[in-house]
Amino acid sequence: MTERERGQRLLREMLRIRRFEEKAAELYQQGKIRGFLHLYIGEEAVAVGAFDALGAEDTVVSHYREHGHALARGLSMDACMAELYGKATGVSGGRGGSMHFFDVARRFYGGFAIVGGMLPIAVGLALADRLSGRQGVTACFFGDGAVAEGEFHESLNLAALWRLPVLFLCENNRYAMGTALARHQAQPDISRKADAYGLAAEAVDGMDVLAVADAARRAVSQVRATGRPFLLEARTYRFRAHSMYDPELYRAKEEVEEWKRRDPIPALADRLAAEGALTAAEREAMTAAVETEVAAAVAAAEAAPWEPVADLARHVHAEPGS
Amino acid sequence: MTATYRDAVRSALRQALRDDPRVFLMGEDVGRYGGVYAVTRGLLEEFGPDRVRDTPLSESGFVGAGIGAALGGMRPIVEVMTVNFSLLALDQLVNHAALLRHMSGGQCGVPLVVRMATGAGRQVAAQHSHSLENWYAHVPGLTVVAPATPQDARDMLLAALREPDPVIVFEHVLLYATEGELDEQAPPAPLRGAAIRRPGRDVTLVTYGGSLAKSLAAADRLAAEGVEAEVIDLRALRPLDTATLLASVARTHRAVVVDEGWRTGGLAAEVIATIQEQGFYDLDGPLGRVCSAEVPMPYPKHLEDAALPQPESIVAAVRGLLGRDG
Repeated sequence: MTERERGQRLLREMLRIRRFEEKAAELYQQGKIRGFLHLYIGEEAVAVGAFDALGAEDTVVSHYREHGHALARGLSMDACMAELYGKATGVSGGRGGSMHFFDVARRFYGGFAIVGGMLPIAVGLALADRLSGRQGVTACFFGDGAVAEGEFHESLNLAALWRLPVLFLCENNRYAMGTALARHQAQPDISRKADAYGLAAEAVDGMDVLAVADAARRAVSQVRATGRPFLLEARTYRFRAHSMYDPELYRAKEEVEEWKRRDPIPALADRLAAEGALTAAEREAMTAAVETEVAAAVAAAEAAPWEPVADLARHVHAEPGS
Repeated sequence: MTATYRDAVRSALRQALRDDPRVFLMGEDVGRYGGVYAVTRGLLEEFGPDRVRDTPLSESGFVGAGIGAALGGMRPIVEVMTVNFSLLALDQLVNHAALLRHMSGGQCGVPLVVRMATGAGRQVAAQHSHSLENWYAHVPGLTVVAPATPQDARDMLLAALREPDPVIVFEHVLLYATEGELDEQAPPAPLRGAAIRRPGRDVTLVTYGGSLAKSLAAADRLAAEGVEAEVIDLRALRPLDTATLLASVARTHRAVVVDEGWRTGGLAAEVIATIQEQGFYDLDGPLGRVCSAEVPMPYPKHLEDAALPQPESIVAAVRGLLGRDG
């Protein structure tokens, strides 16, 4: 893949996430989607940059703001949209909704909505790889809020102690729901916490997809080469409210506007254009293609069937013969 | 042969480690120390530190790692020293292990076995004496068992390892040193289903785990008074074997549930509600229960004894139902 193709692919992936979620917000207002809907808008460079460095053999564990990770991982947009609708064709059969996207065939293990709870599970997935001789890195995404949970510290310690190939990827968007980083961390430099457990670490500008991709590649290479864990902190920002219920009383509009000037999507598009790697026509065609994909996903979700109520008791235990 | 409950659990662990390369043990002091109740003694030397894995004191961390390893194709057996400490891993067990299959629309199975000691009776006071089996038995997605004999301790642990979903095994602390028959070549036994440990016609005593011996002792005393008690060992606390309970009550027409958990919101209440809902017309009188007193466990022996179900209190409860007070 040429640099030009790669740049355009990164842009397209960010745009897919952005438009998917903007449409999801619209559908939420129309009552098509209910429950919690946590938008990733503003943070797309982190997922797209990270997945640029991960391969199909690697394992992914994510949190409840995971639409971007799922799309960047290659989960079908139709199935992701159907999951938001709660339809039977969703990535989790409609049982999970926005916070619980799963696709085991793509080694995408959630979609976890208890902050920090998936960190030890990622350690266990890496342990299974180690014990069974399977190659691969387990990438675990979590936010700055999770850093305050005991499970963050337990997991870093376990992964370092047992020398497991885990990429801990902290998406530091500066707020644990509504609590600013400086109000929940005595040491707000998250990457420094790795020192206490003997992990290698790096912090990167999470608004620059190329910087994230480069940092992720360095981190993943190091994990592959050493078999040891790595903490990568991507400093990013959430442009939208925490969820659809959030009146955003805890941060200034000026701060949000300030960060929006660093929007990773126009930043990359302008950069590619300036380098002659993206023509106006290409940019237009890309936008149109993404619009078409999103519209098709909505149409498919609208048309998809609901799971029959008679199936309510399914998926509590394995089904006979499964 | 005769063996202790402790030896029976170890026998199952050793067999599982030998038979299935996906099986490994993990927990606090399971390796070099040999297990706080000496259950895993010798296994580190036999199977090595990858498969008998000492963990830091990170209950949430290593239970979660067990879940992840199970998702990743292994068959981990996690020892959470005691139910008291399992509260530090409650998030992993209830929010993750139990829910993953459902949240993923059936994609993610968690074939994890978690063993933990439970119960009181060793004068270890309020923070080491809980009997919280019902907390776990409340949760869809978990299978909860409490083997009460050495044979069941072996057979049910091996059966738990064949399950595609998480199983929690409760081992009452007072059982480890008890002896009983053990056939180490016994064929696979069912994980679910109650067992009638003593047949009787006059009253059904429903119990499990550490209270089985007390219930059998009570049945012996009642027999001396001409009352034949049938003693049912639930074995599995989730799912409950309703059919065996109802069939017994249909014969005896009376039942008392003996449960070391606290009375309020306890497992005994669940058993009683089930019998009432489905077996009401077989009953000759109200159902009874003998539970732990509603106090944190006191340290002195005379107070601990008074707080727990005892053969005397079980006999008294049966006499009360039969109108034979005093």
